[in-house]
Amino acid sequence: MSRLPFYIIVGLLLVAGIATSVHRHLQFEIPWIPGEQRQVWEVEAVINFNAQNGPVEVDLALPSHQNGFRVLTENTASSGYGLAYQADELGRQAQWTIREAAGSQQLYYSVQMLVSPDARPPVQTPPGLRTATPWESPYESAASQLIDRAWARSANNETFARELILDVNGERQGENARLLLTQETPSALIVRLLNQAGVQAREVSGLLLEDGRRRQSLSSWIQVFNEPANQWSLFNPMTGEQGQPDNLLLWETGGRAVLEVQGGTNSRVAFSMLTHHQPASAAVRNHYSEDTLLNFSIHSLPLEEQALFQTILLIPIGALVVVFLRVLVGIKTSGTFMPVLIALAFIQTTLLTGLIGFLLIVAVGLVIRNYLSYLNLLLVARVSAVIITVIAIISIFTVLAYRMGLSAGLTVTFFPMIILAWTIERMSILWEEEGPKQVLIQGGGSLLTAVLAYLAMNNPWVRHITFNFLGVQLILMALILLLGNYTGYRLLELRRFKPITDDEKPS
Amino acid sequence: MSWFKDWTWPGRLQDKGIIGMNRRNIRYIGRYNSRRLYPLVDDKLKTKLLAQEYGITTPKLIGTVSTQFGVKHIGDMLTGHNGFVIKPAKGSGGKGILVIEKVVDNQFVKPSGAHLSLEDLERHVSNILSGLYSLGGSPDVALIETLINFDESLMAYTYEGVPDIRVIVFKGYPVMAMMRLSTAASDGKANLHQGAVGVGLNIATGEALRGVQFDRPCFSHPDTGHDLASLVVPQWDTLLNLAAGCYEMTGLGYLGTDMVLDRQHGPMLLELNARPGLAIQMTNGEGLRRRLDLIERQPDGVPVAKRVAFAQHHFARKSELTETPDTVTASA
Repeated sequence: MSRLPFYIIVGLLLVAGIATSVHRHLQFEIPWIPGEQRQVWEVEAVINFNAQNGPVEVDLALPSHQNGFRVLTENTASSGYGLAYQADELGRQAQWTIREAAGSQQLYYSVQMLVSPDARPPVQTPPGLRTATPWESPYESAASQLIDRAWARSANNETFARELILDVNGERQGENARLLLTQETPSALIVRLLNQAGVQAREVSGLLLEDGRRRQSLSSWIQVFNEPANQWSLFNPMTGEQGQPDNLLLWETGGRAVLEVQGGTNSRVAFSMLTHHQPASAAVRNHYSEDTLLNFSIHSLPLEEQALFQTILLIPIGALVVVFLRVLVGIKTSGTFMPVLIALAFIQTTLLTGLIGFLLIVAVGLVIRNYLSYLNLLLVARVSAVIITVIAIISIFTVLAYRMGLSAGLTVTFFPMIILAWTIERMSILWEEEGPKQVLIQGGGSLLTAVLAYLAMNNPWVRHITFNFLGVQLILMALILLLGNYTGYRLLELRRFKPITDDEKPS
Repeated sequence: MSWFKDWTWPGRLQDKGIIGMNRRNIRYIGRYNSRRLYPLVDDKLKTKLLAQEYGITTPKLIGTVSTQFGVKHIGDMLTGHNGFVIKPAKGSGGKGILVIEKVVDNQFVKPSGAHLSLEDLERHVSNILSGLYSLGGSPDVALIETLINFDESLMAYTYEGVPDIRVIVFKGYPVMAMMRLSTAASDGKANLHQGAVGVGLNIATGEALRGVQFDRPCFSHPDTGHDLASLVVPQWDTLLNLAAGCYEMTGLGYLGTDMVLDRQHGPMLLELNARPGLAIQMTNGEGLRRRLDLIERQPDGVPVAKRVAFAQHHFARKSELTETPDTVTASA
């Protein structure tokens, strides 16, 4: 009987578990340790327009992952409108459509952006150079003069762009620039001149983030493609400053319009924003993720189900503690996994209240069960009677605790009543058959296991890891399989079999 | 340091060939005991019927109770029987076994002298039927058997209960044996963890090797005060042959057979255990490992008598009780 397949399975589980965990850590920047705070910006865009009694189509450019920011979640509110998200190489867009609309319309879009210094935009492709529209005769020479002067004073695309911006907008603004500015807005002019000189450039829209600001609009920025580095450099079209300010969120980078409305007039978009800090785990929960297998995550579930899973995913930890204590230590418990359920109850009640509550309920239950045994009942009926007794005890304790102003006492209702009833039943039989000593040994063993399982399951780090890294479940599985294969001695056997080894000692 | 004195190193246990719980479960029970054969030994009624089929003597069955309705009729069933044992068919670890030594004035007397009424017996049987003592709490059947009149030569070594002999049978070879003597502490039950005295037996002769109570060495019976060194099990060869024959009967490779010696009928099979405990190593002062390893190297299909002879030849030992018990006491 070869054990090879077993070790292959364990190995695969370990590799898969570690790989998915590391992938989640790297891909979604989920930290290994809980408690890190992350800054999140909430930005809301409100689109206003007047519909003209006909079909309406609204296109709004949307922000993507970029330098310094990562998209967490996005929501829209638009009653009656059809909504589609579209993405192409120029960026993402939301498209609202409706067959019939009249009067003032409002559409909302909100997005949560996680501030993450090492976020990177998707792979950049150099755009094709746009063919420059030729200038009319008086402007033609002004444009070429501007280009020539800036070209002469620059060394590469970026310095050329900077010189051009200074010539158009800065203190050096001359007659040529003033003439051309009658035809175009400054940013559009600069991009047109850059393109004319054979430099790939585009006008982008960005939002300067400031906490609590409302009714903001986007500002224009200029991106110049830096060929050797294969990336876009950002310029402020007013000052010629290069680089992206920390608080600048690029909203639209495809060189397209931010807002396009067909079938409406007087359209405008305004932005309001808010920032807050939240624990990394919460930020992670909101991660915007595509539905691929590796991104498979319970964080795509509604919040309520997630809270449920947070507990469910802890049970394997409790099971591991039980397996460890039984296989490696050799502790006796009453009911194999009863301690795990008690530990789950402890999580709700906190440890001290839980221990006191548990001991009180079991002690009172044992006394009452002792009386029940004189009634000569059938097993099922007796256990049912014990269940009702347990419920009565819990109710009385809760009311008493409430009357005495002990709010902690109210949490005893979290104890699994059926499990408690069976525990009382088993303990009672154990008492009758093997005496109080065995009851203490097994009851103490169960309680010790429950406390250790509770400490493991209630550890913030364990909670963080089990909830955020599903791969850990595979690792736990592998560990439990390995423990299930352990043929060595249990810790307590070293004491049990001690007398045998005594004989070999020279006396 | 004094706390540490009670503990030993894994390496020293390994040197002694001691088998731990985990190794027993995976290496022997998991490998040699097929799950589907468990019901044969977990259900004492099935074991009994099977044993009759294979000509292995067992205590006589007075009757069975399988319905709560039948509980009311146990009074009729028991008339004329002076001593009897009520046990659950699927009980484990001696749970739910009620021994009645004699009946006086419609009062049932336990070996401890405690008196029980018929209602007490009915309650006990009712508990058995509802599965209180069975594995997993499944509904059960109660067996009522005649009380064993155990061999007089063993009378001095027991207090209240029937001394039984546990033989570990591995692949049909008897590998280790012990006798379990009930004490006041064990309430007349022959369970070591309840305080019965375990006496390791020489496989070759059936003589006592070593005594243990509560996992610690002992040299005389705590209640009768009788020296354990002189203990010899009569009809030892018959007993070993009977035990070894249980391998063919059940097909279980790692088996604990519990035998008793009856005054008239000689060795009898009381029950079988597919998960025999490890305390037998304590009573023998020796690990099972070396013996099991030797048996594992033997071919299959050897007849019972040859297997017993092989075991008696290879596993013969000298008693630790007769020689120099003083040195043992000094070191313990």
